[in-house]
Amino acid sequence: MNAVLKVSGLNRFFGGIQAVKDVTFEVAPGELKALIGPNGAGKSTCFNMLMGQLPPSSGKVFLNGEEITGKPPRDIWRRGVGRTFQITGTYQSMTVAENVQMALMSHHRRIFAIRPYAYKLYREEAMALLEIVGMADQADRACAILAYGDLKRLELAIALANEPTLLLMDEPTAGMAPKERIRLMQLTADIVRERGVSVLFTEHDMDVVFAHAHHIMVLNRGELIAEGTATEVRNNKKVQEVYLGGGMLFNKEDTHA
Amino acid sequence: MGLFVAQILTGLANAAALFLVASGLSLIFGVTRIVNFAHGSLYMLGAYFGITLMNTLPGAFGFWSAILLSGLIIGLIGVIIEICVLRPVYRAPELFQLVATFGVILVIQDLALMIWGAEDRLGPRAPGLKSVVRIMGEPVPQYDLALIAITPFILLGLWWLITKTRIGILVRAATQDREMVGALGVNQSWLFTGVFFLGSALAGLGGAIQLPKGGADLLMDLNIISSVFVVVVIGGMGSIPGAFVASVLISVLNVFGVAYLPQSTLVLMYVVMAVVLLLRPYGLFGREEKAGEHGQAGEPDRPIRPAGLYGRIAVAALLAVLALIPVFSGSFTQVLLTDIIIFCLFAASLQFMLSTGGLVSFGHAAYFGGGAYAAALLVSYSDTPMEIAFMFAPLAAGLLAILFGWFCIRLSGVYFAMLTLAFSQLIWSAAFQWYEVTGGDDGLVNIWPAKWLSGTNAYYYFTLIVGVGGIILLRHLTHAPIGYALRGTRDSARQAEATGINVKLIQWTAFSIAGALAGLAGGLFVFSKGSIFPNELEIAKSFDALIVVFLGGVKTLSGGVVGAGFMEVAKDWLTRLEYWRLILGLVIIGVVIIAPDGIVGTLRKVSERIGLRRTEEFMK
Amino acid sequence: MSLKTLIAASAALLAATCSSFAADSIKIGEINHYKRLAAFAEPYKKGIELAQKEINDAGGVLDRPLEFIFRDDNGKPGDAVKIAEELMTREGAVMLTGSILSNVGLAIASLAGEKGYIYLAAEPLADALVWESGNPYTFRLRTSTYVQAALLAEEAAKTDAIRYATIAPNYAYGTAAVAAFKENLKKLKPEVEFVSEQWPALFKIDAGSEVQAIEAAKPDAIYNVTFGPDLQKFVREGSLRGLFDDRKVYGLLTGEPEYLDPLGDEAPEGWFVTGYPWYGFTEGPAKDFVDAYMAAYPDETPKIGSLVGYMTVKSIAAALKKAGSTETPALLAAFEDLKVDTPMGEIVYRGIDNQSTMGAYVGTTALKDGKGVMVDWSYKDPVPYMPSDEEIKAKRPAE
Repeated sequence: MNAVLKVSGLNRFFGGIQAVKDVTFEVAPGELKALIGPNGAGKSTCFNMLMGQLPPSSGKVFLNGEEITGKPPRDIWRRGVGRTFQITGTYQSMTVAENVQMALMSHHRRIFAIRPYAYKLYREEAMALLEIVGMADQADRACAILAYGDLKRLELAIALANEPTLLLMDEPTAGMAPKERIRLMQLTADIVRERGVSVLFTEHDMDVVFAHAHHIMVLNRGELIAEGTATEVRNNKKVQEVYLGGGMLFNKEDTHA
Repeated sequence: MGLFVAQILTGLANAAALFLVASGLSLIFGVTRIVNFAHGSLYMLGAYFGITLMNTLPGAFGFWSAILLSGLIIGLIGVIIEICVLRPVYRAPELFQLVATFGVILVIQDLALMIWGAEDRLGPRAPGLKSVVRIMGEPVPQYDLALIAITPFILLGLWWLITKTRIGILVRAATQDREMVGALGVNQSWLFTGVFFLGSALAGLGGAIQLPKGGADLLMDLNIISSVFVVVVIGGMGSIPGAFVASVLISVLNVFGVAYLPQSTLVLMYVVMAVVLLLRPYGLFGREEKAGEHGQAGEPDRPIRPAGLYGRIAVAALLAVLALIPVFSGSFTQVLLTDIIIFCLFAASLQFMLSTGGLVSFGHAAYFGGGAYAAALLVSYSDTPMEIAFMFAPLAAGLLAILFGWFCIRLSGVYFAMLTLAFSQLIWSAAFQWYEVTGGDDGLVNIWPAKWLSGTNAYYYFTLIVGVGGIILLRHLTHAPIGYALRGTRDSARQAEATGINVKLIQWTAFSIAGALAGLAGGLFVFSKGSIFPNELEIAKSFDALIVVFLGGVKTLSGGVVGAGFMEVAKDWLTRLEYWRLILGLVIIGVVIIAPDGIVGTLRKVSERIGLRRTEEFMK
Repeated sequence: MSLKTLIAASAALLAATCSSFAADSIKIGEINHYKRLAAFAEPYKKGIELAQKEINDAGGVLDRPLEFIFRDDNGKPGDAVKIAEELMTREGAVMLTGSILSNVGLAIASLAGEKGYIYLAAEPLADALVWESGNPYTFRLRTSTYVQAALLAEEAAKTDAIRYATIAPNYAYGTAAVAAFKENLKKLKPEVEFVSEQWPALFKIDAGSEVQAIEAAKPDAIYNVTFGPDLQKFVREGSLRGLFDDRKVYGLLTGEPEYLDPLGDEAPEGWFVTGYPWYGFTEGPAKDFVDAYMAAYPDETPKIGSLVGYMTVKSIAAALKKAGSTETPALLAAFEDLKVDTPMGEIVYRGIDNQSTMGAYVGTTALKDGKGVMVDWSYKDPVPYMPSDEEIKAKRPAE
């Protein structure tokens, strides 16, 4: 079976510091895969390189067999990748529905249309997407006054607008209440099942990860240290060190140095 | 060789005053993010106070104390301005403060005229430094040498203040991250006041210290401000060493420009500025701007909807009244309304890119004047029929905007603004200096409309249809996908890029549309006035548009149009009075303080608060 | 009553009110840069008010008082055009005058030609007003730049200086002033060369560098067109660095009190200049004007602007008197070869180009009691220095 996303030998330096070291992995169709790791492990840097926000120092990224390394985010999006961000970046001056409509207009290549009123375009489609994430009742509220959890759900609806084959979700549940987190991840899992979308997500909340992810990858200090199912990862010595004895690990290194 | 050395020394001496004024502006901008248009006025006041004090205090001691005292007085004046005028509007959208500083310019101009009179004042010469020293056979004024010697001490003093003292550390921290300073428990407003004192004092010192090389006159405020902007931008906004290096660079360059390219001195400075910005977008010593500093601070804009039935009826009624004006009013009302509609269209075109796109242009006059000149040149040189020449105006302005926009959109925030300024100054200097073609300052005259449009009535209707048509078109575009995309790029460029939108392309398109519509306004203008002169391309013209957009309300759709109408009517009335600049300045400051969201924005808020208007559905 | 009649009735009422006001005085629209160029506009306005008072005290013109409506255009041509329309169509002015800046003058002149308003351009220096951009409705009082430059060129040709440097503000007036000087000097003395041409930006001179650049060219003589703050800086740096030592300097307008007075005891000595030596008059109408002016404004001395303002009013009064009416066609006819008695003697508005024959004083600068003055001055009639009638006809657009 062909991988939806294939990443090989990805590296990224910031000045003299290597933030991501030789990261290689694949995401299969219909797979819900998590990328976890402690703070500063390089998860967001990795994500930014997959979606083109940041060019990798070296290494390659393939989407459905085509190389997309270093392409601008908008090109990668057009090839069927949706993305949500750790800190939401929705359009504050638009309503919830308009945020989705905006992505739909882009998807249908109507951005440069001059005649129609934008707020009328693709309204139905947008409502359908909002329905999926349970935001339809807030469709006409300004984004600026939404609760943070609602913004996260909105982002998911936006990410689905271009009928993606792959969703990249950077900490989709950050800043949400525990109950909401579970709901959102359940929702994501449903979408994966119903639409056959692949999802790669980073996450802090281990409960969320272990409950839903098919596969889990663990990143520490820019390196992939483990990959496998929930049980495999849980039993991995290195992972235990990082997560359970994190403090010890750091102390050890310090004494070495 | 001797001449070469002497020229360098002249350049270094000239750099002194420029450096003082520019470092003050740079400091103020760095910490408070206020683009202080009134900085040149403080420089002028420094010169006038300097003369008055020098004439009172005797001898060399008196001379040098007069300079220091002028700095001190101007610093205090700066504090008064900061506390009375700027402090009430810190919460307003970013760059809104520049409207207030514009009001301050007007007030100071009239006050200076009242106090010191109209006659130019020659500066006293420095006691003991009245003659020349021969260096390699070339005469070098002693005072020049004194200035060259003093400047590094001022630079060192400022450097010490900023790097070695607690205040300086706070200032530097504030330059980089204002929130952090607040978090450190520092009283931010007193830090701002302190910086304003220092910055203003530097401008005052600059005004006083240049006296032995010149004097004081009522035009020096606006004459220096463009050079100061250039220096600050080349050096990097907020950087003191940058201001120093750039002052020296510009001054020395100017000396050689005078010697070897005497007719191109006007252009030279702006060419250098444009080149520096293209190669080093943040100036020689500047830092990249943080996101979210693009005139969009404060609460986010509200969602928009096309006007509802009542709104449309109101606009239709207004248009009906305007259409009936010629029936019941004299021809001057039509002339005045023609002016107002043209200015409204110009302001609306700027608002399209500024409000909707977050693209703050300091050089929008280039497209207004550019369009007007394009039409006028066609008429003058090829006797093109007016109808065709008129259509050429928006076309030419649009092409110009496509060309300049391509460079400008590479930058963002205040550096974008400065590059637009540099380009508009290039166009201005071309119109001003390419005498054979543009007529220079004598402009192009006898550019009148075709016969069928030549009556006041006919041209009024023409302006009404084209001008209002242009405004409605812009408004429609704001509601169309292209306008939404533009708003999206402003709200979150990252999100736009991540959903398939080419942010730069959208901004470039908006820039070009705004330019073309400004050119349309320019076309209407040139045929209504029958002539065009370089002053329609000046910085002042760009600032006029900028000011009315902010005055009307930058976070509204109709702010530009309302602000432009308000300003034109206010000017028309006030210029009949003796001290109209003082009054207009105070009116502007008053509006700014009373209505920090602009006229439209504040009216909207007030009417919501008192229940005249329902809070919009999407704000619940 | 239908809407139409209502509107018609109110329009008639409005018109009636307006015209009843106009019956009192003859209104003249005066547009100027009172704020932008206060240093020049204030003495000019005082000159107008003096003449206006004299005329009205003597019973006015056509048995009606003369009233000037002063309006500020902030130095913007576009605003001036708007105000001109207002003055003519709403305020009931019978004609327009004003402007110091050439560009504003040209803008009003263009409007005047298009709409058929009479415009007397009092101060603007651009010769295009009466030549290249001339029109039948625009008249000019002030001595043309061409003539003033020719006066200096004539004097320059008498010396043995060959190498000339010029310095002029970098805008249309400066360019024209240099071109006229060169043309006239070359005509009189073909062997002269112009070794350096300096063009500082108006009011932004970098005097030290300009002086160095001129000095480097080693000219025999210098032609100066800078004025105002630029002149102050140029004179100070030039004197300091010895630029004017052993060199003849020809200064256009430098002798006008507006520019000479602020220089105080630093006024240059020995420059040959055009200007206004009001302190030198001992008798005649020139002296009478100076006395009247100083009586009216005890704290002031007359400037050239005062004189121009005064002569503007005298010219308008003479035209009204000759026309016997305030109607435009009659006034237009009256201006044709109109003769006016002024403090400078009789001047004529020439039919050929609508330019008056106001002349100019030339003389040499000197220091007296710590102030710059003109000595050995004389009054020059401009007519011999003007281009020939054929040349003028060729320049003016066909009427």
